[in-house]
Formats: sequence, C-alpha cells, structure tokens
Amino acid sequence: MREPENIIVVKDLVKKFGDFVANDHLTFEVRKGEIFGFLGANGAGKTTAIKILCGLWYPTSGKMSVAGYDIYTQREKVKRNIGYMSQKFSLYDDLTVFENIRFYGGIYGLKKKAINERAWSLMKRLDLEDARDKLIRDIPLGWKQKLAFSVALLHNPKVVFLDEPTGGVDPITRRQFWNMIYESARSGITVFVTTHYMDEAEYCDRVSIMVDGRIAALDTPENLKQQFHSATMNDVFIQLVRSK
Amino acid sequence: MDSPAVSVKNLTLRYGDTLALNDLSFDVPHGELLGFIGPDGAGKTTLFRVLTTLLVPTHGSAQVDGLDVVKDYRQIRNNIGYMPGRFSLYQDLSVEENLTFFATIFGTTIRENYDLIKDIYSQIEPFKNRKAGQLSGGMKQKLALSCALIHKPGILFLDEPTTGVDAVSRREFWEMLKRLQAGDITILVSTPYMDEAVLCDRVALIQNGRIMKITTPANVIASYPYSLFSVKADDIYGLLKALRDYPGIHRADAFGQTVHLSFNKDEFREAALLDYLKEKGIEPAGIREIKATIEDCFMDLMGKEEG
Repeated sequence: MREPENIIVVKDLVKKFGDFVANDHLTFEVRKGEIFGFLGANGAGKTTAIKILCGLWYPTSGKMSVAGYDIYTQREKVKRNIGYMSQKFSLYDDLTVFENIRFYGGIYGLKKKAINERAWSLMKRLDLEDARDKLIRDIPLGWKQKLAFSVALLHNPKVVFLDEPTGGVDPITRRQFWNMIYESARSGITVFVTTHYMDEAEYCDRVSIMVDGRIAALDTPENLKQQFHSATMNDVFIQLVRSK
Repeated sequence: MDSPAVSVKNLTLRYGDTLALNDLSFDVPHGELLGFIGPDGAGKTTLFRVLTTLLVPTHGSAQVDGLDVVKDYRQIRNNIGYMPGRFSLYQDLSVEENLTFFATIFGTTIRENYDLIKDIYSQIEPFKNRKAGQLSGGMKQKLALSCALIHKPGILFLDEPTTGVDAVSRREFWEMLKRLQAGDITILVSTPYMDEAVLCDRVALIQNGRIMKITTPANVIASYPYSLFSVKADDIYGLLKALRDYPGIHRADAFGQTVHLSFNKDEFREAALLDYLKEKGIEPAGIREIKATIEDCFMDLMGKEEG
C-alpha cells in the first residue's frame, strides 16, 4: 500500500512579531482527504499559522508546503489550490446570494459558463434557489455559513481552511454543517478546521492542540483521550491549556 | 414592593411583516441567572434590546427593576449593564481608556468600583495599555464584561458573551458569572453552548420569536419523552446516514464519536436495528441506553418547531 500523500507539510515553522513568538517551531503534516482539527486557546497562535499556510503572511523561518507548493516561492499557486472560510464570513453582506457566488467564481478565474452552472447547482444543493436574490445580511447565520463553505469550494481546491466555521450557531445547524464537511472530505478534499466546540474536535480524524505558540499534542481524538485519561476532548483540552 | 428584576407581559415587536417577538410573557426574580437558548434569528438579541431600552416594543410591556422600558428608560440605563453580541468597545482605545470612558459616562471612576471588577479586570490589567482591537477573543470578552459592570448595575444582559471563546476561558467566564450572581446581580445571558445552559438557574428556549419553554435545566431533561441510545462506529457519517432512513426512528444526531438515536418509548428493538445496519455493511459497537443531555432535549424541541 502506498503511503498517504501529505497535502500540508510544516517543518519548524516560526513566526515572530518583535520579541513575541506567535508560532514556536511547529512541525506537522496533514494527509490528503483528512479532517484535521487545529485547536487551541484564544491567542495561542492558530490564526497566525493559518494565515501563513494560506500564503498571506511570510513565516520568520521554517519549511512549508501546501498542496505540493512552496509557501515562500509559489504563493499564488498555493492560493489557487486552497479555499478559506473565516469566522467573520467571507461573504459580502450587501451583495445577494447569487452575486456573491458570481463574484468568487470570477476571483478564482472561472469561466462565466462554469460560474453559472456551479452557482445553480450550489444553490440547489443548499436549498437556496428561492433566496438567490436576497442580500446576505438578510439570510440566517446558518445559511450564510453553509453558503460561505460552498463558495470556498467553488474552484475545487485541494485543501479548505475553516476558521471557527460554526461559531454561534445552534446545535442542529452545527451538525448540518459538519455533514457538509464529511461529504467534502469523502470526495477527497482535505479539511483544516479550527473550533471551540470540543464535541466537534471528536469529529476530526486527527487533532492538534496549540498552547502558547507550540503544538502541545497531536493525535486521533481516541488516542488523545486515552493518553490524558479523559472521557471527552473537553477534558483533554482543559488539562493541556490549564497546565501551561 | 419587591417587584421582579424583569417582568415581561405580552411583549410583541414587529419589523415590517416579521414578528421578531411574538407575545412573550415571563418574570425574572431578583438574583436569578436566566439563560436564553435558540437558533440564530429566534429573537434573543431583539429581546435584549427591548429590555435594555434600545428598541421600543410594538405591543405589550416590559419592566426592569419595576421601571417601564419606554417611559423610564433613562433610569433603567443607569441600573443595567449590557454586553452586546458584537464586540462593541472602541478598538483604537486602550484597555484602560475603554474602561475609564465607560466609568466616566456613568459618573463614576475605576477606583470607586474596582472591587466589583477586580476578579475579571486584574487578568487583563497587565495589558492595560494595549489597544482593544489587538486583544485576543478571551481578553476582549473580559474587557467588555468589566465595562458592563463598572457602574455597579443590578441587572446584567449578556448577549452571547462566550461565542468564539475557548473552552478554558468559557469555564472561567462562568465561574465569574456565578460570583457576580452571589453578589446579588441578576443575570440574563444568551448562549449557543449547551454545556452553559446547564449552569443557569432556568433556561428559556426561544424560537421564531416565542418562548417555547422556560424552566430549570433539570426539568428540561426530566421531561424528555423518548428512549435514547448511544451507538459507536468507525464511520460516524455512514452510520448517521443509514440511521436517518431507519423506520420508526425519531432522531439520529452525532455526538462526538458516537451517534445518539431516539425512539418512542418501548419501540426500540436492538436485534432489528443490528440486522438493518448489517445489511448496509455497518457493524456498530456498544449500543446502550443513555440519559438525555440538555443538547438532546433542545434539538428535539427545536426540530419539532421547524416541523
């Protein structure tokens, strides 16, 4: 059997802001098609690492590749092969559902015909056909999140980064969102996700937990629970973050 | 003379054709910690805005500390603290400047009420010269709470104070709320986290502008009407999909590495379920009956309303 392909490779990633070390020698790999949970306390350095992996910031030092492209020399190729959705929504509030999809299709360089086809199949899949001309600001948060996720996948990226995608939504909508994540992972997309919901950590294939700029633990949820003698990921997280 | 901290009667608020609040009535006794739970758009924020005198109701009335939210809004504003859902402090002022600003507006000083906020503020005081916009999520939330408390309010309104906040900071935040409550402050708080709902004296489930239930967390759990089971499998997603089509099932929901499935009382047949799953190529492990969590209860109630 072939070894699984690593779609994200990070070796000794360091990012400093003046004297402050936001990322302190991070080393990890993410496999193709994996749901990788990237957890940590507020201010632990998660967003910094994600910005670097998305080709938005340069690291201070270290070697990294995403989707097979080098993070220093092939940033544009990195960007074309990743999708990104943040807690603050990647959608424009004063554009309609359809306009947002068209806008992102255009940004990613899709042809007009392809954009239209994908827009319709996407709205159909999300049951948003009747909402096509509604402004984003007028649709419920749960719809926005599903739409933002689908838009992040519009250009068929190899990896999608989800930064707290489910913040603030009710338990039913959260689970519907995770069904979408599962489906994407099954179709071969790698999912790199941060969350503060510890039950969601258990839906990941593997989880890393950052504490003060370092990766304090990285394993499957099952193994982490065993290692920390905990019944839930919530307890694992609290043990790691409190013991700092 | 001892009026409730909050008293709401037939409160209705209409935005155009939308009934954001639909005939709400409830009382909150002094010193209670009341939680509001419900999907986005249910009306939680609108309700908080009415109670904090920022929106005028279409019908009905609301009293805060015995004062009318429309007529006596000025007095009410002096007695309440409000932490809105969106971070509402001045991003380009420092931590200390923000706090001083709020203290001054209410005619007080940080020193005068330092005791009240010491617990919380001391944790961010080392960063008091940092701009609020540059704080992490957990620190922003502590600053916002300090600002909401600096004028010594009797009633606190906290609109999703812990959204986007990590598990450890959330726990610390709730420990602080409990201490404030012990100091005789009435707290109304909304949250999307079900583990926080359990920490409230009572919870109100709000959906489509109505309160569907308002009772203690223990009562919510006790009135769960189904038999609930937990099942484990390697492929949770496959298991969920198969279970959703299983005849007679009420709900199937992922809970970490297990799936919770509910049936009408006495309608569960383990052998039949195992046969069904086997046919689909799924071999689950460890089916066992469990007690409902508050999350099971709320998903059941929310699912019913949505039909």
